[in-house]
Amino acid sequence: MTKVRKIGMYVFLCIVSFISVFPLYWMVSAATNKSADVISGRLIPGGYFMENLNNLLASQNIGRAFGNSFKYAAILTIASLLVSSLAGYGFEIFHDKGKDLLMSIILLAMMVPFVATMIPLFQMCSKAGWLNTTIGFILPTISTPFLIMMFRQSARSFPHDIMEAARIDGLSEIRIFFQMFIPTMRSTYAAAMTITFMNAWNSYLWPKVIMTDSASQTMPMVVANLTEGYVTDYGMLMLAVLICTLPTAVVFFCLQNAFAEGITGAVK
Amino acid sequence: MSKSKKMTLSKKQNLTGWVFLAPGAFLIFIMSFVPMFRALLLSFKSGVGANMKWSGISNYVRMFQDTVFVQSIKNTFFYLIIQVPVMLILALVLASILNNKDLRFKGLFRTMIFLPCATSLVAYAIIFRSLFANNGLVNLILVNLGILDQPYAFLTNTTSARIVIIIALLWRWTGYNMVFYLSGLQNIEYSVYEAAKIDGASAVQSFFKITVPLLKPTILLTAIMSTNGTLQLFDESVNLTSGGPANTSITMSHYIYDMSFKYVPNFGYAAAMSFLILVLVAVLAFLQMKVGDKRD
Repeated sequence: MTKVRKIGMYVFLCIVSFISVFPLYWMVSAATNKSADVISGRLIPGGYFMENLNNLLASQNIGRAFGNSFKYAAILTIASLLVSSLAGYGFEIFHDKGKDLLMSIILLAMMVPFVATMIPLFQMCSKAGWLNTTIGFILPTISTPFLIMMFRQSARSFPHDIMEAARIDGLSEIRIFFQMFIPTMRSTYAAAMTITFMNAWNSYLWPKVIMTDSASQTMPMVVANLTEGYVTDYGMLMLAVLICTLPTAVVFFCLQNAFAEGITGAVK
Repeated sequence: MSKSKKMTLSKKQNLTGWVFLAPGAFLIFIMSFVPMFRALLLSFKSGVGANMKWSGISNYVRMFQDTVFVQSIKNTFFYLIIQVPVMLILALVLASILNNKDLRFKGLFRTMIFLPCATSLVAYAIIFRSLFANNGLVNLILVNLGILDQPYAFLTNTTSARIVIIIALLWRWTGYNMVFYLSGLQNIEYSVYEAAKIDGASAVQSFFKITVPLLKPTILLTAIMSTNGTLQLFDESVNLTSGGPANTSITMSHYIYDMSFKYVPNFGYAAAMSFLILVLVAVLAFLQMKVGDKRD
């Protein structure tokens, strides 16, 4: 590699990295500054964080929204991992022609856009009294073709002889799953957890449809509410955006590799 | 006797498998396929609330006479045709640079470029809305540099509003797709590149002759996923431009949402429009798979 080309590569990577990071840096810096300072272009963190926080707490019930989002996302993640991994395991370990056919039908569901099912799902939830409830939030996405495929793929590497041995020892199928499969597949579960939690936390369209009561609103919904109105308090707005980003950022930094594996995992 | 015992054992195992997959499969059927067919039925009805009457294909006829909906189809395709190829090429180039063995700070670059994926869709839409606002940072810099005389209303001019949406999408999703390519590149032996280099292949040649053909399945997958995602764009249209100015940047999903839950609810008409998206997703995925197969 010539020197010029090498330098060119680093310059290109630095520019792309800068563009990737800068809006996030700006968000953090704006969250600690007065709106007027943000507008005048101040780019270094300031000392206005507490004031922004107080303004934010006074204008929106951020604590409640954060709690709601966390509750919905956590329950959805647990339910989804359990149901999808059971299904993926069932499809792979006990596979036969019928189950393989069913699996390819299920994969077709990946192609169904959410807007095309949203109205009947809303009607169903509204009839069942599930508007503004956790069950309404989680039901459409507990079982996803993507996660089932991911667990099905990883079950392929689950050693058959160990399972046979366990069966001979008289372990029931359900105990083999819980005591042997889950502990062995920890990394797949970590990947599935990151991806499910982030998707649940970030989801916007479905909560906007079924969370009609402000007491059940999620964090992204409340943040979006803040942009309504004519004058924008940028300091307060960016603090809200920052709080909304924090949980996913923490998950991202702790489990970056699991996350990367999660989004690409089902493909290998 | 041992044979018959084995038969029952395999039968029992077969049944166990069905028990394991039943909850997941059942949920997908009642949460995806059943609502899809109900939406199809609904699309042939019209009326408000519970007073729905069969109306044949009138919703489908109305759809193509509805200037806002036709506009939203055009907008969605504008985003699709410009953003998806640019993003995938950029992601591919970045991934092949980061796959270079001699490169230093590889992990750091990867993390920084992947970082936008940590933000929620609503959050980044609002960040970009603020950056491109009349009193936002982009205008401030452009005016101070003397490029603009006065702030330009990026979000209330049609072309620039659409371009801001494309820029925001590129920012959020390029790193995401890059990760797919990086993971695909790990399956290609690095020695292939070294051999090509010894044979005198330039970096550009190895990119087109090695990277692109070997990554084809991954490229196909990311193309289908991005197309699918772009046809369903919602958060950005709502939070970045509010569909404006005068619905000229609105996406199909955004209009369907407004039609169902913001204005007087017209579920039949909205269902018909959503079915068009379903057909588009299916047709485009089919075409991409056809094209992907051909080049073999």
